[in-house]
Amino acid sequence: MDLFEHQAKELFAEYGVPVPTGKVAHTPQEARAIAAELFAAGSSKVVVKAQVKTGGRGKAGGVKLADTADEAETLANQILGMDIKGHTVHKVLVEEGSAIAKEFYFSFLLDRANRTFLSICTVEGGVEIEEVAHDKLAMIPVSPITGIDTVKAREIAKAGNLPAEALDGATEIIERLWAVFVDEDATLVEVNPLILTAAGEVKALDGKVTLDDNAGFRQDAHEALEDKASADPLEAKAKAKDLNYVKLDGSVGIIGNGAGLVMSTLDVVAYAGEEFGGQKPANFLDIGGGASAEVMANGMEIVLGDPDVKSVFINVFGGITAGDAVANGIVQAYKLLGERGETVNRPVVVRLDGNNAELGRKILNDAALPGLEQVETMDDAARRAAQLAGAGA
Amino acid sequence: MAIWLTENSKIIVQGITGSEGLKHSRRMHKAGSQVVGGVNARKAGQTVDLGGTEAPVFGTVKEAMEKTGADVSVVFVPPAFTKDAVIEAIDAGIPLCIVITEGIPVHDSAVFWAHAVAKGNKTRIIGPNCPGVASPGKSNAGIIPADITTPGRIGLVSKSGTLTYQMMYELRDIGFSSCIGIGGDPIIGTTHIDALQAFQEDPETDAIVMIGEIGGDAEERAAAYIEQHVTKPVVGYVAGFTAPEGKTMGHAGAIVSGSAGTAQAKKEALEKVGVRVGKTPSETARLMREIMQNLK
Repeated sequence: MDLFEHQAKELFAEYGVPVPTGKVAHTPQEARAIAAELFAAGSSKVVVKAQVKTGGRGKAGGVKLADTADEAETLANQILGMDIKGHTVHKVLVEEGSAIAKEFYFSFLLDRANRTFLSICTVEGGVEIEEVAHDKLAMIPVSPITGIDTVKAREIAKAGNLPAEALDGATEIIERLWAVFVDEDATLVEVNPLILTAAGEVKALDGKVTLDDNAGFRQDAHEALEDKASADPLEAKAKAKDLNYVKLDGSVGIIGNGAGLVMSTLDVVAYAGEEFGGQKPANFLDIGGGASAEVMANGMEIVLGDPDVKSVFINVFGGITAGDAVANGIVQAYKLLGERGETVNRPVVVRLDGNNAELGRKILNDAALPGLEQVETMDDAARRAAQLAGAGA
Repeated sequence: MAIWLTENSKIIVQGITGSEGLKHSRRMHKAGSQVVGGVNARKAGQTVDLGGTEAPVFGTVKEAMEKTGADVSVVFVPPAFTKDAVIEAIDAGIPLCIVITEGIPVHDSAVFWAHAVAKGNKTRIIGPNCPGVASPGKSNAGIIPADITTPGRIGLVSKSGTLTYQMMYELRDIGFSSCIGIGGDPIIGTTHIDALQAFQEDPETDAIVMIGEIGGDAEERAAAYIEQHVTKPVVGYVAGFTAPEGKTMGHAGAIVSGSAGTAQAKKEALEKVGVRVGKTPSETARLMREIMQNLK
C-alpha cells in the first residue's frame, strides 16, 4: 500500500523526523483555516499540495504557494477536484513554506536483485531520481540483520556528497527513517527533497512510503491508512469478501485460480479480443486453490456486478482441488446466486482442465446451466469469451 | 537424476500438525515421497497418521535430522512464525528448505535470506510462497499435484504455481525431470538462474521451460545467464502483458513500476538470446513439444 504524502509525513513525525508543520484539508474553507493558523504562528508563506498517489504533482499545477489565507483558499479550490495522471485530488496538504537553501535525495528500498535492502543518497535532490546521473547516486546496501547505526547513517550521507553543514541533521534523519522502514514493515521510504533550510535545519519536505500488505497481521495501525474513499466500489466489495480482485476496463469478466494463471488469462483474452473489436479483460480475479461454491458464487457476483462485463470466462486448472469439485462448485454457485436474488444474465464460458477434468465437464454438461458453455482449451475458450463479449457490446 | 529432489530425499514437514501441513504431508506420502517426520515444538513426541503410516513429530529440526536423516524440510507454518522456522532449518544445516507459506512480510524473507548467506549458503531455500518441487516418479515436496504429469526429460522452473501445473499437464505425455516452483515474492531463495544452472548440469534433463511474470528483473538476468551458460534448448513464457502499472495481481512481486519489469521487456530480453517465447501457455507447450521431438 502506498501512502499519501501527508500520511508519510505524519508517520515521519511520529519517529522524530523533522517535517514542516501542516494539516490536511478536504475543502477550500478548511484550507483557509489551516493557512490562517500557520500565518498566525509566524509562517511567511504556506504551500498547498495536492494529495495524490502519483508523481509529477508540481508540473501538473498541484503544488502552489500562497501569501495569504484568502489565496490559500483560492488555490485549494483550484487544486481540489483536479485530475493528475488519472488520480482525482480529494484533499490537499496545507503546510508552512520552507526557506530552502539546498535540496537532497534519500531513500531506503528493497533491492530485489540482490535480495537485500538498499539506501540511495545524493546531493542532487528535488528532481526526479531517474533523471539524476548514475555516478552522482550513492547506492549502499543495508543488511537486514545489522541495519543502520549512526556510523552507517553518516557514511551514507557522506557518500551522497551531502555538504558538511547538513551531515549531522541528515545522519539523524537517516537513522530515524530506518526505524520507520523496519518498524512499519515498509518496502520504500523516500524523501525527495530532503532539505537544508536557510536556518541550517535538515527536514523532510516530501515523503513517499510503501507499506508491505503481507505485514498486516502485525501492523494493526495500517488498516486505518487505507484509502477507502477512492477505492473502486467493486474492489472494496471484493476485499470485504476476501477476494483478490482488480478492476480493469474491458468487457470480458475473468475468474480463475492462481495469480499466474489469471494474469496469463488476461493476456490470452486480450490477444483473442483483437479479432473481435478489441475486447479486453474486465478484471483480475484469483479465487485461489479451493474453488468452493461460496467463493465461486462471491466471485461471480462481483464480476457480474460490473456493468461493463458482457461475457464471463471461468478458467480453472484442477490440481489439488480436482475438476469435479470445481464443477460442483460452479453448479452450487448458480444455486447460491439464485438464492441471493441474482441471475447470471450474461454468457459464461468455462475451461476446465487438469485432474478429473472430464468428470467435471460431464457434471457441467448434465447441469445444463443457462448461458454456460464449455470450451476445452484455454486459447479457444478465451476466443469464445471475447467473441461473445463483442457480440454483446 | 532430477535436480535437488530425488527418490532418496528424506522429507520433514515444519508445521506437520497444522491442517495444511498434515493434508499435504499425506499427499506427499501418497505420491511416494519419503516423509520421515515433522516438527512442532509443542507436540514433540506425538505421531501423525499419514494414511496408514505413522510419522514422528520432533521438537526441533536438528533433532528430526539426527533421528531420521532428513535432508529436505517443507515449511507450512503460518506467516508470523515462518521467519523463525526457516532460520531454525538453516541453523540445523538442512540442505534443502522449501517454504510453501504465503503472505510472509518481505522484511522477514530478507532476514532469513541474509541469515542463510551469513551461514555460508549451505541451505538451499526455495520460496517462500511457492508450490515446491516435484521430481515426477521420484519425489514430491510441497503442494504440486503429483498425478498431473509423468517422468521425463524436461526441466521446468516457474514463478507461478498454476502455470506450473498447466505446463506439467500439457506436456504430460513427454514428461519432466524436475518441476521447480520458485514463487512470486519479491525476495525468493532460489531464482530462475539457480534452476537453469542445475538443469544445465543435470544429465537427465534435455530441455528447459522457464515461466516468468511481470515485476523485478529476474527474467532479464536469466536471459543474460542463458546466453553465457546454457546450451540446452530453453522455451519461455511471461505472464502479465495486460497488467496495469502499479497494481498488485496476487503475487506480491508481480507489480510493475515504471517501465522496468514489464512483460514485453522480459520477452524481448529472452528472445534476444535465442529463447523461444510462447504467446500463451499452450503455444509455449507446443514450442517445447517441437523441441523434444526434434531431439529424438
